Amino acid sequence: MAVVYEKSAALTDVPLSYCPGCTHGIIHKLVAESIVELGVQDRAVGIAPVGCAVMAYDFFDFDMIQAPHGRAPAVATGIKRAVPDTIVFTYQGDGDLAAIGTAETVHSATRGENIVIIFVNNAIYGMTGGQMAPTTLVGQVTQTTPYGRDAATQGFPVRVCEMLATLDGVQYAERVTVTDIPAIRNAKRAIKKAFQNQIDGKGFSIVEVLSTCPTNWGLSPVEALDWLKANMIPQYPLGVFKDKEVSAQDVRV
Amino acid sequence: MAERALMKGNEALAEASIRAGCRHFFGYPITPQTEVSAYMAKRMPKVGGVFLQAESEMAAISMVMGAAAAGVRAMTSSSSPGISLKAEVISYIAACDLPCVIVNIQRGSPGVGGIQPAQSDYNQATKAPGHGDFHMLVYAPSTVQEMADTVVRAFDTADKYRMPAMILGDGLLGQMMEPVEFPEMRTNMPEKPWAINGMRGKRPKNVINSLYLRPEELERTIIERFARYDEIAKEHAQAETYLTGDADIVVVAYGAAARIARSGVDAARSQGIKAGLVRPVTLWPFPNAIIKESARHAGNILVVEMSMGQMVPDVKLAVECALPVHFFGHTGGVVPTPPEVLEQIKALSGGVV
Repeated sequence: MAVVYEKSAALTDVPLSYCPGCTHGIIHKLVAESIVELGVQDRAVGIAPVGCAVMAYDFFDFDMIQAPHGRAPAVATGIKRAVPDTIVFTYQGDGDLAAIGTAETVHSATRGENIVIIFVNNAIYGMTGGQMAPTTLVGQVTQTTPYGRDAATQGFPVRVCEMLATLDGVQYAERVTVTDIPAIRNAKRAIKKAFQNQIDGKGFSIVEVLSTCPTNWGLSPVEALDWLKANMIPQYPLGVFKDKEVSAQDVRV
Repeated sequence: MAERALMKGNEALAEASIRAGCRHFFGYPITPQTEVSAYMAKRMPKVGGVFLQAESEMAAISMVMGAAAAGVRAMTSSSSPGISLKAEVISYIAACDLPCVIVNIQRGSPGVGGIQPAQSDYNQATKAPGHGDFHMLVYAPSTVQEMADTVVRAFDTADKYRMPAMILGDGLLGQMMEPVEFPEMRTNMPEKPWAINGMRGKRPKNVINSLYLRPEELERTIIERFARYDEIAKEHAQAETYLTGDADIVVVAYGAAARIARSGVDAARSQGIKAGLVRPVTLWPFPNAIIKESARHAGNILVVEMSMGQMVPDVKLAVECALPVHFFGHTGGVVPTPPEVLEQIKALSGGVV
């Protein structure tokens, strides 16, 4: 019988700890597939964040380290500088990357560190039970914005790719999502490109993946996907924000 | 062949770390340790190493964590306020059993404090370098030569026991110049089969992690680590003794304060007072047995520090409160003088000489 689909060799048999309907599982799969297809599983080193993906070290089948909250890009810097032929990536959520770890994110980008950042943006702190994230939308209800995020007192959501695109050190910044099959295929292309950039020594690449949190959004998995499309994409438009390979007019800003 | 040079303590420490095989230094500017970074910035490219000026102290120590996890000898250096910022990641490094060296060239504190020498991070270094149950090795050099020697020892011991080590210096030691002799360049580094540097077709994946959701499992890792600490305490506690054999008054001091205290002891001896000095070289593990033995015939102990007396409780415990433990010191960047120490010794000897 022909095998038409199988689990990536870079994923272990440990059951994922994510909630039903959460898109972390899809994103893990895309990262694992990209690493296997590029032939770098044997020299891959992944960095798990603090947040829902903290136990990613159990799910990926290659060397892994779990970093202090927000510090993953600095830990990645240390690893990559120590053993330059490793293929190093961080896997971070919005709180980790865009709040407590903003400095590490921005400065690993300004240095043009030859690493990949997989940035999972679901507009909420998932693991701690649904508090406001730096990417929480204006008006969005969370545990710590029970009346909806009020821009007057709680500020505005951060657009990470747009911000990083202004930095000369960034090779590649793209925002994708995984809401349906075409979107998943597109996300895979972007993630694979980011890793290819590192293999080619091109420098800092970030792929932001808009993701759902059905549990803390209080929606069913299908409703959550619809909510993402209706609310998150207008705030966080999909596309390439920086690609040094592509001429400026082709890049959407 | 060993080389001799006249150097600042900070530079001697930096050069010695390179001799010890450190090729990865991650720093952030702060007075009075700036020479360490400046030296590394010049020297590392010449030896194929990495000097990186990080965006913050947290980033610098996180880079050390990454490099140490990848299996290389890595170091960062800072001064008091900067060490507070590193505390979180020092805890992670200890919890992940990662070896590295952290240098604290202490300055007057708390807060932003001042930029003159102090020893007021003793408690932080030896008792609470971060959250949780753990220790790091703490070395207290008192000469430029020792700045060089202890950093080599720190790397070796950190690797042996897979734990962080701190060089607890101060602005005085960092800035002063003395002759120093360097060891030859190390070439053979220890194997680190636990490192995360790629499976390379040789082994299953390695994971470096400090998360344990089952409390019993977390407790077990801590108990195992503390069993290792007991072994280290037996093997590695070190102190230098000076004229303690017949001493009535034993002065206990470390680092720069020990140099001053020694001058005070010499002055007391020249006036016929039987004074001696115990100088802890390791602050963790603390040299309890050496202090206890040195004070066996003494009537009084005088602790001299550039702090408000942070080491005093440890000395009291070392002698099991069997004799009075007095304190003299200055803090906030004020350096005690030998005549002041002499006055204290004279007062304890009855003031009649």
